[in-house]
Amino acid sequence: MGDVKYDVAIGLEIHVELATRTKLFCGCPSRFGAPPNTLVCPICLGLPGSLPVLNRRAVELGILAALALGAEVAAESVFARKNYFYPDLPKGYQISQYERPLATGGELSWEGPGGPRTARIRRVHLEEDAGKSLHGEDAARSGSAAGYSLLDFNRCGVPLIEIVTEPDLTSPEDARAFLETLRQLLAYTDVSDVKLEEGSLRCDANVSLRPAGAAQPGVPVEIKNVNSFRFVQRALAYEIERQAARLAAGHPVARETRQYREATGSTESLRSKEQAHDYRYFPDPDLVPVAVDPEWIESLRRSLPELPEARRARYRSQYGLTAQEAALVTASLPLAGFFEATVAGGADPREAANWLVGELARLLNAHAADPSALKIGPGHLVELLGLLAAGVLSRPLAKEVFEESFLSGRRPADIVQARGLSQTTDEAELARQVEAVLAAHTGPAGDYRAGKERALGFLVGQVMRATGGRANPGTVNRLLRDRLGREG
Amino acid sequence: MTVSRDDVLRVAALARLRFEEEDLERLAADMNAILGLVDQLDRVDTAAAAPMASVLPLVNAFREDEPAATLDPDDWLRAAPWREGPFPGVPRFVEE
Amino acid sequence: MSSLGSIDRLAAGMAAGEFTAVELAREALDRIATLDGRLNSFVTLTPERALAQAEAVDNARTRGETLGPLAGIPMALKDNLCTRGILTTCSSRALKNHVPPYDATAWCRLEAAGAVLLGKTNLDEFAMGSSTENSAFFPTGNPWDPGRVPGGSSGGSAAAVASGEVVYALGSDTGGSIRQPAALTGVVGLKPTYGRVSRYGLVAFASSLDQVGPLARTVADCARVLQVIAGHDPLDSTSLPAAVPDYVPSLTGDVRGLKIGVPTEYFGMGVDPEVASLVRAGIEVLAGLGAEVAECSLPTTAHALAAYYVLAPAEASSNLARYDGVSYGHRATGGRDLEELYTRSRQEGLGAEVKRRIMLGTYVLSRGYYDAYYLKAQRVRALVSADFEQALGRFDLLASPTSPEVAFARGERAGDLLRMYMADACTIPVNLAGLPAISVPCGFSRGLPVGLQLIGRQLAEATLLRAAHAYEAATPQWRRVPPLAAGQERGWET
Repeated sequence: MGDVKYDVAIGLEIHVELATRTKLFCGCPSRFGAPPNTLVCPICLGLPGSLPVLNRRAVELGILAALALGAEVAAESVFARKNYFYPDLPKGYQISQYERPLATGGELSWEGPGGPRTARIRRVHLEEDAGKSLHGEDAARSGSAAGYSLLDFNRCGVPLIEIVTEPDLTSPEDARAFLETLRQLLAYTDVSDVKLEEGSLRCDANVSLRPAGAAQPGVPVEIKNVNSFRFVQRALAYEIERQAARLAAGHPVARETRQYREATGSTESLRSKEQAHDYRYFPDPDLVPVAVDPEWIESLRRSLPELPEARRARYRSQYGLTAQEAALVTASLPLAGFFEATVAGGADPREAANWLVGELARLLNAHAADPSALKIGPGHLVELLGLLAAGVLSRPLAKEVFEESFLSGRRPADIVQARGLSQTTDEAELARQVEAVLAAHTGPAGDYRAGKERALGFLVGQVMRATGGRANPGTVNRLLRDRLGREG
Repeated sequence: MTVSRDDVLRVAALARLRFEEEDLERLAADMNAILGLVDQLDRVDTAAAAPMASVLPLVNAFREDEPAATLDPDDWLRAAPWREGPFPGVPRFVEE
Repeated sequence: MSSLGSIDRLAAGMAAGEFTAVELAREALDRIATLDGRLNSFVTLTPERALAQAEAVDNARTRGETLGPLAGIPMALKDNLCTRGILTTCSSRALKNHVPPYDATAWCRLEAAGAVLLGKTNLDEFAMGSSTENSAFFPTGNPWDPGRVPGGSSGGSAAAVASGEVVYALGSDTGGSIRQPAALTGVVGLKPTYGRVSRYGLVAFASSLDQVGPLARTVADCARVLQVIAGHDPLDSTSLPAAVPDYVPSLTGDVRGLKIGVPTEYFGMGVDPEVASLVRAGIEVLAGLGAEVAECSLPTTAHALAAYYVLAPAEASSNLARYDGVSYGHRATGGRDLEELYTRSRQEGLGAEVKRRIMLGTYVLSRGYYDAYYLKAQRVRALVSADFEQALGRFDLLASPTSPEVAFARGERAGDLLRMYMADACTIPVNLAGLPAISVPCGFSRGLPVGLQLIGRQLAEATLLRAAHAYEAATPQWRRVPPLAAGQERGWET
């Protein structure tokens, strides 16, 4: 035991549900949450005699994902049958791509804590989802007799892409960051709605350890179907610790499949998987190859939005945002769009970015609001920043107006007018307030005269407070300096 | 290649088939007879031939992403061997 | 009136008011009642539905509506074609009670053309066999001698057509399952080009080889049925998006200048000498009609059977995995757990030949054997196909025996798998190449029918039908009535 250090290599297999209207090989709606076994037909039920016909949109979304990952789309790809028996697999095989996937290669980069990180993509392929089994309590709730599992085929045949990475990830945090970045990319490209709670993004992880610097790769262990990013991170952390302890104690690590147990935060062996699987893949004779010509690829490439990585770089160089600001403002395509439209409306880029990642994010969070259904728009923010720059609104007042605009969708100028919020510009009135404050706070006034610059800030604050925030802090500042300087 | 009794058991497990003990030898013999016929393929020079999965000259047989009719559970579960409401069911199994 | 007439004569008779579709259906049902106790062509009869369909046709006629090309003609479907609301068993215990919630495309098109369905015909379980003895329910008899097999797997369809129970029937052909029973029962059977007729709703045996086609007593009837069922189907990805020509006008009787190749190899392969000489005589008839006949060679043919017995079982092993007793079909009772449910349901639900092929197919696809068997067989398939392509570059058609032998006695081949498999030696290569082929009666050996097979180019069914029709017209002596149907042959001629 002791100080042996291990190099960790993690590879991920991510299953992503595609944002099509219908299933991969039939016209059943692929939506989530319908009553059980209502989104089915002879094809997805695998009834005798039925045949699959490929959904063009699913192929396009798969290609878009491949392009977004920089993968090379195969000129021709082929569907194969993966043969195994399982109750939620009504044909006795899953239609997937095997020897000839939709795309190969590619990579994904993100900003890690220690600098930029990149993981290579091995392949991207299309496949159909299986159905769902209800066991135990779930089954009992649905009225099942004891000892039965119930089957719901609504998901069966829903289109997925499987994205397989090379084992380039080096820590659980790294894996999680990769997944977050991937989710962002998939949402950007509208390939998937990436709703984790609906299972539209699921992950298997392979992890192997080897003594630091050793040439021989470690024995990979597969962790199946972990359904949240947090759990991926935890499962990997547990698994790395488990393997390290075994290796340090001189025990070999078995090549096996393990399952993460959420309750205990641990992984455990799936012995049933150890019986050698033999999927007997062969090309599905019910389907013809998918041929993708360069024109098709180009037209899809043109439909892609500017992707997060390119956008971050551009925001930094074009708008002078910091790396962090750029990362925050590109977190989602709608937010980035909001930002660009605000800047296009004449707002200062950094000011706009700060309002979006500060105030807007805070309000979205505080009101648990849906970012895709905002009442406030770029025009509102441009107007607000204009009022701020013109001195009509103080910063605290601007925040109030922003919040009201966020909640009601009203224009900032209308709000200012209706509530009489605009800054007072009547200098005689302000001069009276200044006199009153100086009379009430002779101590700080003396401190300022004695050279304590800070005391001025206190006095400005007092005037602001006395005017209900409607005073222009710059004007107050000038009046105070003039007043105290004249006496001094 | 000769199919042994163990091969038969291995393949039967994959195919979820079960045979009576007394049928295993006979089945192995049948499979060997057919594979004996098949073994003549070894004599064919296929160096220049690519595997032919289909005779069709087709690619890209697509459907558009348009919803089509679905079945009511009563349409397809009428003769289900075991049914609970809208669900078919099987003896409880452990999720892998 | 007689249900034994050809489609055009029956259609004309109904149009002229000589008889109604209901009368025709009743007559056919009566004939089935008389004959089917001995033949067992049918697994399921649908008399109420048939009479209702016939009545609908008669009513439409009375109202002066335009009728479909097959309106009122009694017919049958092989019981591996799905029919909504009607049992579709594949002659398997696994699907004994299976009622599909949808219709096969080929049946949809026939129904829209006015077809009157009398029932579903027997087959070798899941179309695996050459004698219809592998039906889980009962064997079907050959109308020429009920103690002999009608061939298979579309033996029920062939027997029903040959005996005059129906005017035509659909079958499916994976390695000869339309043509071989047509030959053994003395009717015409057409396997169209792979992709010409939709497979949607045809319960799959080997998907890359299966094709739906007609059996009828005349070439013209086959042409009329093909006309209705052929054409692209958006529900079948392997359906060819090619226009369907008008087949009936191509039946000109003129084969002058048609180049017919005679592949020497097809007269070896265990072909009975009497069968061979009848087929050669048939080819001479075509030569006499002006066709240019020459010998040719398809060297890889000898290996087609071997390749087929890798590829077809491999696909079947996957296609039949769905019969697991979970949401439809046979489920064994008393299974304690899931694994037992699977294995016992499949053990009980599937017959010996089906299990044998599933085992074989699983084996050749399994780890370590895939390359040696499956990929090798696919390569040989490419060579078989290339042989045909080369020969059909020189010839318009190829001619051969359909079956090496005439109908054999029931039970005769039960213990001899390979001899049984040889029954398809002349037809299997055609499926591997996906080409169209037709079997037409070309004589009798020991009182049993013999079939002449003509093989055409991709989508060249019109040429095939033209040659077969010319041959048929020149050889009226081969259009005989089976003894079993004797005395009922009124109207047999067209």
